[in-house]
Amino acid sequence: MPKATRSFPLPEEVGAVHTSRLTPHASRQRVAQTMGFFLEVLIGGLMAGVLYSLVALGLVLIFKASGVFNFAQGAMVLFAALSLVRLMEKMPLPLALLVTCVIMFILAYAIERLVLRPLVNQPGISLFMATLGITFFLEGFGQTLWGSDIYKLDLGIPKQPLIILDNVFNGGILVGSDDLFATVVSGALVVVLAIFFQKTRIGRALRAVADDHQAAQSIGIPLNQIWLIVWTVAGLVALVAGIIWGSRLGVQFSLSLIALKALPVVILGGFTSVPGAIIGGLIIGVGEKMSEVYLGPHIGGGIENWFAYTLALAFLLIRPEGLFGEKIIDRV
Amino acid sequence: MAQARNIGEAVLRIDGISLAFGGVKALTDVSFDVREHEIRAIIGPNGAGKSSLLNVINGVYHPQQGSITFKGVTRRQMRPHEAARQGIARTFQNIALFKGMSVLDNIMTGRNLKMHAGFLAQAFWYGPARNEEIAHRLVVERIIDFLQIEAIRKTPVGRLPYGMQKRVELARALAAEPSMLLLDEPMAGMNVEEKEDMCRFILDVNDEFGTTIVLIEHDMGVVMDLSDRVVVLDYGRKIGDGTPDEVRSNQAVIDAYLGVQH
Amino acid sequence: MFYREVGEFKSTYAQEQVLLPIRQDRYFVWSLVLFAFIAVPLFANAYWFSAILIPFLILSLAALGLNLLVGYCGQISLGTGGFMAVGAYAAYNLCLRVPGLNPIVAFLLAGGCATLVGIFFGIPSLRIKGFYLAVATLAAQFFLDWVFSRIAWFTNYTPSGSLNAPAITLFDFTFDTPLRKYILCLAFATAFALLARNLVRGRLGRSWMAIRDMDVAAEIIGIRPLYAKLSAFAVSSFFIGVAGALWAFVHLGSWEPLAFDVNRSFSLLFMVIIGGLGSILGSFLGAAFITLLPLFLNQLPAWLGLHWSTALISHLESMIFGALIVFFLIVEPLGLARLWRIAKEKLRLWPFPH
Repeated sequence: MPKATRSFPLPEEVGAVHTSRLTPHASRQRVAQTMGFFLEVLIGGLMAGVLYSLVALGLVLIFKASGVFNFAQGAMVLFAALSLVRLMEKMPLPLALLVTCVIMFILAYAIERLVLRPLVNQPGISLFMATLGITFFLEGFGQTLWGSDIYKLDLGIPKQPLIILDNVFNGGILVGSDDLFATVVSGALVVVLAIFFQKTRIGRALRAVADDHQAAQSIGIPLNQIWLIVWTVAGLVALVAGIIWGSRLGVQFSLSLIALKALPVVILGGFTSVPGAIIGGLIIGVGEKMSEVYLGPHIGGGIENWFAYTLALAFLLIRPEGLFGEKIIDRV
Repeated sequence: MAQARNIGEAVLRIDGISLAFGGVKALTDVSFDVREHEIRAIIGPNGAGKSSLLNVINGVYHPQQGSITFKGVTRRQMRPHEAARQGIARTFQNIALFKGMSVLDNIMTGRNLKMHAGFLAQAFWYGPARNEEIAHRLVVERIIDFLQIEAIRKTPVGRLPYGMQKRVELARALAAEPSMLLLDEPMAGMNVEEKEDMCRFILDVNDEFGTTIVLIEHDMGVVMDLSDRVVVLDYGRKIGDGTPDEVRSNQAVIDAYLGVQH
Repeated sequence: MFYREVGEFKSTYAQEQVLLPIRQDRYFVWSLVLFAFIAVPLFANAYWFSAILIPFLILSLAALGLNLLVGYCGQISLGTGGFMAVGAYAAYNLCLRVPGLNPIVAFLLAGGCATLVGIFFGIPSLRIKGFYLAVATLAAQFFLDWVFSRIAWFTNYTPSGSLNAPAITLFDFTFDTPLRKYILCLAFATAFALLARNLVRGRLGRSWMAIRDMDVAAEIIGIRPLYAKLSAFAVSSFFIGVAGALWAFVHLGSWEPLAFDVNRSFSLLFMVIIGGLGSILGSFLGAAFITLLPLFLNQLPAWLGLHWSTALISHLESMIFGALIVFFLIVEPLGLARLWRIAKEKLRLWPFPH
């Protein structure tokens, strides 16, 4: 993982120079510098968190509507991004986007027909393992079809770093404008999805389906159509996530591994909560960055790999339904 | 009509139990007792809180108020496996058998509390483990004989018809040699023949082993014939308590549940 | 016609509880064991031992451990790679720091270390189930990954982070040739399979299966969930730890933390699913399948006259694994072991169809 770029020295590097020994003005400056650094790390973490949230959104969607925990969301992100990149080599961007959307629709149809329909009413753990199978299949298939090199994804999203608040802090704070763009997009997505679930007829039907497949069927909700819609929407969300991740890191296999981080995000936020996915992502993003920068040098680094999961574990023990999820009650 | 049996003192006493789930009040201030060796029925309309009451006795639900005294020990709440250890066994409305195992294995699992062989003995299958396995198998076979389910002992439970599954559940509860048996609608979904068989088994259990039985049942004929005393619940409150004849003529019970006077 | 129980009369429970009550089963299993111990060494060559049989046996052991946890006790675990790593590094450090310690004893002690770690990471199972537990075990996996790659004490401060295993000896007999290594692994696999079979048919196995099928009911009849679940984690981790030590010492010889990463966990879970959850035989079948499939895929292009890159082959592997997982979950959730049992049922009735 690339280290957080900084324009201020680390607090430790400043050494034994105590702020109290400085002149009042200099000590205020020193505090401002460390404050500024802290803010930079914070903002960097928030931005990273937004990226996690994008992937988690798809997870929450599918869980809300079909009760399935879709382990393959990360693979879908990779597949969508890969398809888009390779198609862009052959056709203009708008057409490539359209074709990719169609591809995700076909994928949703295939999953619904071949995996979900035969497994309806099976215990959740079987469905989860089926999505594990889909993950492996999709990773292999995607790379067979489109190749496994690293591809650059350039959609014209502005990338230059912005400097803000340079009247408060000396030199200002670095914020990537592509991160800002990602935040705006995620925010818009969340609003759209929230409205969709709360207000529309289809949204209500989706919530019924998530609760009880058989009951929903018996009142005439067309299960198969619902699932098709949901998985397509999740596929489109995966495409958006793929675009933003891909333009940041390049489209490569490790994209799907990064998406493994989405699991702790939904655990924190609650499996059924769209705002929870966002907040969970932000917490994980910030937590990771903070622990890596401030704790990392003391314990040898690499904390980012397990911080998210350990936090999720703690949540599972204390508050399994997450921050915003619904409590699950077992009836005897 | 109850046979002449040596019905003893109260072995279970429920005092002022109140149980609520969020805003829903399942039980409100329920008190009654159950005497040793007797058959006590709990009746009432659906949603009256009968199963919740059994769950409270068992330790599955923890009441907000009230206490339970079993064999002289008073407590507010208990974990289910402690209840089992104290000699309370039960069956369930929706069958709670272990679907992945055979009938024999299910009943052997009911003997779990009585088996003590250590881990290494089991791993190497010698001495204590092996002998214990055989000794308990003997007991289980006697129960299988008693309930006449010899022919299906190796069948996976998931494949059995509903009536048979209920019988296997009873066998598993009996395997623990309980002093008190809680039966939650043991005859639900059975035809007349199966009900007669089940009635006979319940009476036999009470006769031969002296087990105290608490039974939830909807079939009035069964209740009146089998039980020594009856408790009537409605909307979580007790509205009747006494012998079947007393309850049958209780106006409140007739209004709430029985309808026309039998 | 050839396979039947008719004519097999048992007069005591002891006779009935024997491991292989049906005569044909006894013949089959004994001949299989003899074949494995005697015939295979006579006819197989070094390639077969090193590339196929040894990995198969060691992974079967690990799959067996995982099956006890996932298939018999119903607790899903994605941390298997991490527990194998515990076994490997524990064995290495024990051999390094305890002078004169026999490596085989070290393997068993390493299994013990894995047991302790397994119990610790199994504690969340008391409160959470299903895919929540899967996430918790993933936490264990990533954390253990980090421990063994960052804390230099475990790797004896080697700069590269990769380790070389010492030779395995037993009373002056060194297991250095592929044949000897094969026999060692075979002995371990057979012994542990027997151990597992005994545990599973006794009280502990029944309590595991009760927890798996309906844990509320299990608690009500007196099975303590704490003891049942943690014992499942403990026994499972012991098997997996020993397998990890064997993998490092016998198969790899020298290794680095990547050998035990999350892909290993997934691969073992696939073995258990494809082979059959809740089946001792299934662990072996699943391990065989997943060990042989890549080799088969490597040879296939040559046979068909096509030219595929190794990258393409590994992608195809992923695709086939994924598709097979879904296929088995839909068609036969009980895996290859169930198919085997169905075959035996058919054999009972043969030549009649039903």
